[in-house]
Amino acid sequence: MIAWAAREHHRFEAAGKPFVYLVPSAAIFELDDAADALLRTLSDRPRTREELSAFDNIDETLADLARVQAIGEIGAPPPVSPKVIPLAPVAFETARSVPLTTMVLNVTNQCNLSCTYCYEYGEDKIVDTANGRQPKFMTEDTARESVDFLLREAGDVAHITFFGGETLLNFPVLVKTVAYARQRAAEVGKSVDFSLTTNATLLKPEIIEFIAENRIGVTISIDGPKDVQDKFRVFTNGAGSYDLVAPKIRELLRRHRTRPIGARVTLTSANLDVKKIYRHLTDDIGFWEVGFAPVTTAATRGHAISGDGYDRMLDQFRELAYEYVEAAVENRHHGFSNVQETLEELHKGVSKAYPCGAGLGLLGVATDGDVALCHRFAGSDAHKVGTVRDGIDRGAQIAFLEKHHISNKTDCSVCWARPLCSGGCYHEAHTRYGDTGRANLHYCEWIRGWTDVCLQIYGELSVRNPAFFARFEDEHDASQAS
Amino acid sequence: MTHLKPVNRKAARIEQATAPDVVALQRTGVPQMPHFPLGCSLIFSPGWEADRTGGTAGLCQPVERDLFDCHIGCYWPAQVPDQLNHAPDWTAKCAAAQKDWRKMDLIFP
Repeated sequence: MIAWAAREHHRFEAAGKPFVYLVPSAAIFELDDAADALLRTLSDRPRTREELSAFDNIDETLADLARVQAIGEIGAPPPVSPKVIPLAPVAFETARSVPLTTMVLNVTNQCNLSCTYCYEYGEDKIVDTANGRQPKFMTEDTARESVDFLLREAGDVAHITFFGGETLLNFPVLVKTVAYARQRAAEVGKSVDFSLTTNATLLKPEIIEFIAENRIGVTISIDGPKDVQDKFRVFTNGAGSYDLVAPKIRELLRRHRTRPIGARVTLTSANLDVKKIYRHLTDDIGFWEVGFAPVTTAATRGHAISGDGYDRMLDQFRELAYEYVEAAVENRHHGFSNVQETLEELHKGVSKAYPCGAGLGLLGVATDGDVALCHRFAGSDAHKVGTVRDGIDRGAQIAFLEKHHISNKTDCSVCWARPLCSGGCYHEAHTRYGDTGRANLHYCEWIRGWTDVCLQIYGELSVRNPAFFARFEDEHDASQAS
Repeated sequence: MTHLKPVNRKAARIEQATAPDVVALQRTGVPQMPHFPLGCSLIFSPGWEADRTGGTAGLCQPVERDLFDCHIGCYWPAQVPDQLNHAPDWTAKCAAAQKDWRKMDLIFP
């Protein structure tokens, strides 16, 4: 007996209308009442055509829903598109066809702060940064070789992100690298741009001047107002860093106007007042945007966020996200960058086989020139995929891509949020479970909750100000969509 | 579609791609995705069992090509005549399988 059944989807409401997010296509459709009623009936349990005969115009509604694969027939032949795409050829093609776009250069693995939650220096570290074999500072030669490596592997556009440790501890090499990269990029006809992440402790007028003049994007790691910042972001002697960094950041924001400057906040169980932090960093300090990330740490640590911590975080994210909507309806800027990033992915209909670009378009380089999946694994032999001198080890890269494909994450195969999450951060999984290939099951509820909030916001904006989405269009993507 | 309104860009593409019109064969300049080897288990000769979307609307070769794949590249002797010994001229009148496949006749041993 052939019956109709709902396929994977997530229904949500926004601006009083029903919407559906389809999985795995990541398409978003607004439903009319007939389609909504039918989809809800079929979500309850499969029905035969006869059982549905009470609906008006049923065949037309069935056809529309079937056409976008929101529903399907049970007992009919399997869908024409394979559920699992064969891995090997795809991973191989992907590895060869995705150019390197971003290289994160760990110019030092040393830091002048001793933030207690740090994944690089704290209890959860992977690499022995204090006594390991890696040099503490990247040499000018290694930095040059890294630039050459990037320009060999990159397409027309290349990004260099300077990272640490505390990036500015190796400012002299940073300066030389910027000059060298500009010169080499011009010679090979590619464009290159720069950004850096810093804790702001070492900012001083000459450095700020250099950053501004060279249009270097800046992300500041800061946790919020004084009481929050000084809880974890401390010097070796335990003293807080707020009083030192706040005036330096204000000076940077005053002088550096060529690129938007963002704050990056680490949230912990003791530090979850998202709205208070946001207000302080935007209104009081003047950041253009603020992004929040829960701390990456083993579950047993005191600062790890768990159960109700995620609920509290979600409540506050939701409030901030609705502030964002009100701003977006009036085409005003709002600096909550988490929502901005997710909206862009929803608008484009991103459906990911991998959670992020690590090991693909993004690679991290350790101080000795070893190339790793990303900056968080820089220097780790177990996560090495080449060196800047010998290039990318394609065998290691393809093995990584095959192992980490979403189709290998069994837990994710029933989750409607997988097109965006794809199992979550490799480094988080490594820290929690000792395996980069595991899905991050400890924050699934949080991810689904947050994705649902973003879908509602997307739906709301699609009704109240659809022109807002024009900002997510660009020429390159438009040609892909045709 | 009357009951669904595409909202994001992917939805618009799905609406476009599923419009009831067979255009796949006329497509030109469309970047080809990697082929899925869904065919014979001995050699990978995609294009005649599934198209690049996994369907059959955009096959790059007619299904009759199947015949040639089975007897040249593949161990499948029961389906085609023995061209080495018994019927060396079996395909003599068939210059291009796509248009001449009807000229290949049955062989009776």
